[in-house]
Amino acid sequence: MVKRKIKKAGLYIVVTATAVIMGYPLLWLFFAAFKDNAEIFTSIALLPEKFTLEGFINGWKSTAAVPFSLFLLNSCKMVAPTVLLTAASACLVAYGFSRFEFAGRKVLFTVMLSTMMLPNTVIMIPRYILFNNFGWLNSYIPFYIMAAMAANPFFTYLLVQFFRGIPADLDEAAYIDGAGKWQILIRVILPLAKAPIVSAALFQTVWTWNDFFNPLLYIDRVKAYPVSLGLRLAIDADSVVNWNSIIAMSCVSLLPVVLLFVFLQKYFVQGIATTGMKN
Amino acid sequence: MHKKDKYLGYLYIAPWLAGFLILTLYPFVVSLIYSFTDYDMFHISFTGLANYKNIFTQDKTFLSSLLKTLLYTGISVPLKLCSALLVALMLNKLRRCRGIYYTVFYLPSILGSSVALAVLWKYVFKKDGLLNLLLGAAGISGPNWLGNPDLVLYVMMLLPLWQMGAPMVLFLAALKNVPADITEAAKIDGARPLQVFKNITLPMISPIIFFNMIMQTIEIIQIFTPAYLITKGGPVKQTYLYSLYLYDTAFRDMKIGYASALSWILFTVIISFTLIFFALSKKWVYYGDEV
Repeated sequence: MVKRKIKKAGLYIVVTATAVIMGYPLLWLFFAAFKDNAEIFTSIALLPEKFTLEGFINGWKSTAAVPFSLFLLNSCKMVAPTVLLTAASACLVAYGFSRFEFAGRKVLFTVMLSTMMLPNTVIMIPRYILFNNFGWLNSYIPFYIMAAMAANPFFTYLLVQFFRGIPADLDEAAYIDGAGKWQILIRVILPLAKAPIVSAALFQTVWTWNDFFNPLLYIDRVKAYPVSLGLRLAIDADSVVNWNSIIAMSCVSLLPVVLLFVFLQKYFVQGIATTGMKN
Repeated sequence: MHKKDKYLGYLYIAPWLAGFLILTLYPFVVSLIYSFTDYDMFHISFTGLANYKNIFTQDKTFLSSLLKTLLYTGISVPLKLCSALLVALMLNKLRRCRGIYYTVFYLPSILGSSVALAVLWKYVFKKDGLLNLLLGAAGISGPNWLGNPDLVLYVMMLLPLWQMGAPMVLFLAALKNVPADITEAAKIDGARPLQVFKNITLPMISPIIFFNMIMQTIEIIQIFTPAYLITKGGPVKQTYLYSLYLYDTAFRDMKIGYASALSWILFTVIISFTLIFFALSKKWVYYGDEV
């Protein structure tokens, strides 16, 4: 019994130590945002000796002609429609795959799943040229279009897994009551699938907000920069001097994601756990 | 089921189907065609296998960036998966404070390839950065982690390791599905914990190990953002990974044809790995119905 308790205590110590090592950098980043430049490079103390908002004030003005608030606004403009369109398209497509019988359904479903493993590198160049030809560069239309067309199969798959678990009896009952396929989706399936839809929406929010590569490809007008590109601008512009303003703006850019994650963590966990199961 | 429902199904999957044809299949085929051309976004001319020939016979950057990428992937993926599994095994045993540990271990992975993490990484490993400050406090003078050509690639491997949250969550979900009565029965029969792990737990979570292995390999072999932002491929091209070379060739030098050929070579490498993994999986991955 005693031996077991010691073992348990040891386990807690190891896990806690690992957690501290992993969490420390982020915690440090947060507090460093309130330090002045000299202190960032000289003190190992976590808490700032001299609390200052200088980093936030300078960072917010940003070095470019554009204030940081515009980058945040742009990110919102990029993320919100993308998330709504992703949720809508994933629901429709998942409903199609899980509640209808049609020729080629299994093949198409397999094709969709296998695109999850298709490396982005092999399609990104022609995709870029396509969007360029449509005149969509420097706008968020590429993001909206990819979302509306369920280009990331992760979300569809997540919902298919869940829809399949909803008993078909419920559909039948609604059908007998005179509901059509569309009404069954709206009145029966979707109300039951709120949790996975929230999961999908949250993942898409976080991924789009953090995305650096796609904006780098599609957007090169500074006024249209989302946060990720705006922050990069700051790193390139004054990598030597104003570390505290860069760190402060990094914290600002992470804050929405961290808040979503901390308060809605269960949706993130459920979402990713569903897609890993089976296949 | 009504007859018209037959076609209704296509209607519901239409957004994806159209997207697949236009945004995936078309680019996929077109990039293969581009790879046989000399194309700079304005003029295109068919050059047959010239791109591939140049890549394999004359292009030193190709070989060095491919080898670095393979080394990077070959070490990062096992390291990331082993630590994810180890942490999952430990968390699975805990009763108290699970939520908080979950948050701490999963958060870095949620932050993904955000630019803020590049800022953090750059600062931590700077010559006068956080790590060396901490080492200095212990009386050790640390090296210039990101400036040392021999070290930098390994330092960059710590980033995916830090972000092991997503595979960890999958492992935890899989571990919860291992029936406790089987492991308990084995323990009563006198099996040691390590034997239980090796003979029961490991086979039962093997499908998830396999899934993680494939997805992580595909992800890490294409890794772009950290190297692009933190080291810009340097110093002396030590972190000039394949996707950086591909990006520069296509979007800086506008050598679309050449870059397409590069992308198809990477695609072939990835497909080969995937096929090898699938072939080998028959030996060690157990699916429920076979047991």
